[in-house]
Amino acid sequence: MIHLGYFYGLLALLIAYTALRNLRERRWRAAGFWAVTALLIGSGDWVLARDAAGDPLPAQCAGVAVLLLAVLAPGMQRPALAEAPLEQRLASARRLGHRLFVPALLIPLITVLVVIAGKWLTESGLIGADDSVTLIGLSLASVIAVLVALRMGRAPLPTAAREGRRLLDTMGWAALLPLVLATLGGVFAASGVGDAVSALVTAVIPSDSRVACVLAYGLGMVLFTVIMGNAFAAFPVMTAGIGLPLLIHEHGANAAILGSLGMLTGYCGTLLTPMAANFNLVPVALLELDDPYAVIRAQLPTALGLMAVNLLLMYWLIFAF
Amino acid sequence: MIDLNYWPLLGIACVVLGFILRFNPVIVVVGAGLVSGLCAGMSVPNLLELLGKSFVSNRALLLFGLTLPTIGVLERAGLREHAHAWIGRLAGLTLGRLLAGYLLLRQLLSMVGLNQVGGHPQTVRPLLAPMSEAAAEKEHGKLPDAERQRLFALDAATDNIGLFFGEDVFVAIGAVLLIQGFYAQNGIVLEPLQIALWALPTAIAAFVIHALRIRLYSRALRRRLEAGR
Repeated sequence: MIHLGYFYGLLALLIAYTALRNLRERRWRAAGFWAVTALLIGSGDWVLARDAAGDPLPAQCAGVAVLLLAVLAPGMQRPALAEAPLEQRLASARRLGHRLFVPALLIPLITVLVVIAGKWLTESGLIGADDSVTLIGLSLASVIAVLVALRMGRAPLPTAAREGRRLLDTMGWAALLPLVLATLGGVFAASGVGDAVSALVTAVIPSDSRVACVLAYGLGMVLFTVIMGNAFAAFPVMTAGIGLPLLIHEHGANAAILGSLGMLTGYCGTLLTPMAANFNLVPVALLELDDPYAVIRAQLPTALGLMAVNLLLMYWLIFAF
Repeated sequence: MIDLNYWPLLGIACVVLGFILRFNPVIVVVGAGLVSGLCAGMSVPNLLELLGKSFVSNRALLLFGLTLPTIGVLERAGLREHAHAWIGRLAGLTLGRLLAGYLLLRQLLSMVGLNQVGGHPQTVRPLLAPMSEAAAEKEHGKLPDAERQRLFALDAATDNIGLFFGEDVFVAIGAVLLIQGFYAQNGIVLEPLQIALWALPTAIAAFVIHALRIRLYSRALRRRLEAGR
């Protein structure tokens, strides 16, 4: 049976290798950062199992490890790691041609195939019932694709670890940011931040004006998404606070349209916020850009224009159907 | 609203302040979590447990790391150079057409649920970035570094916009199911399709607005480069 735990183990190994290489190159902070990360990823299943069994100590240690990551991250530099020489890459590109696209396209292709076959794979017991089929698909696809790529480039297995490490170190702490932000989302939810925001928003809007309610709901979705970095976190809070009581129940808005357009208005906020790290900050690291907010800057005009369109659509459509 | 504790909102203030002052995001975010948790009256051991538990429960967000060895090995074998050379040979493929075509393709694929097909590690770094650079260089010659960086940022933005404003048209996507589930809990029963269809007008608007911006960008790029010469 294929278990997601194996792939977390593999990922932890790759990260541990990255730590080791940094240790040998005397980049102490990076070595420590990746070592702690590898430990957290590798021990995840065990930590959660112990916590569920009523032993909070491993989870508390993991909490200390997260604090350690925060202390180690600021001093990490983006190292200049040597790539294969340009001559060699050009020669290889000429030799392989379009075949180079095959492994890159295998990743989405296999992922999608596994997802399509997901129900059958789960029922036949090949994939654990608790594991996400998409994640298994993505992991499996990555492993197959790298084997194909290695064979095609006539490279030995350690090349995969070395190249993976090169990209991981290129991204540095930014690779971990989506995960850290999701952690913050968990802490925010547990400390009642959402309830406090929605109470504040509902306290200040005049509820008998349709325009004011639409604006408050739409702009509230954007603002809350900017703060939380995720429209999914904003949707239940804003819809429970403004959408349901004021727009749907009081003014008779169409629920399906309101939900759909509300979520999409939130997405405009996702385009604007560094809190949505996997979309806005991770590419900055991956593309090695100097300005940390370059991607947000490129998105700003589209996001604002689309937000205006969404608000107009919302005002016209929710009361018309 | 009187008995609600508003102090955890200080965590949000920390985040905003930290990002404005450009502190390292990791320390800002962890710090904000500590502030919010302590303001909510959690004890230190409980807060540590919560931090650790939330972190490891979300570790799936790092699984994209498994795709990096493939991308790295392919880069070593000349993937970027090949993508670059291939686009350079295709006559008639301008920068505007390439980016608008990618946007459309990304939207359409997300609409049928294939939102994993693209992404920053999978397609933007290894494929779209070198292709767009080649398309721009065909017209303008070698780009100065600042222009190259702006172009790459636009590539990443195009991928995000294509994904965001395509995926909600697909009925089985998380967002649509979240909306449906939320309403169901509140006594409003809807079919996912009803919700997904209303994402179409925004999807079209997103394409029109961003494609227009890509055109404006190409023109401005030409103007800037000619002025610099």
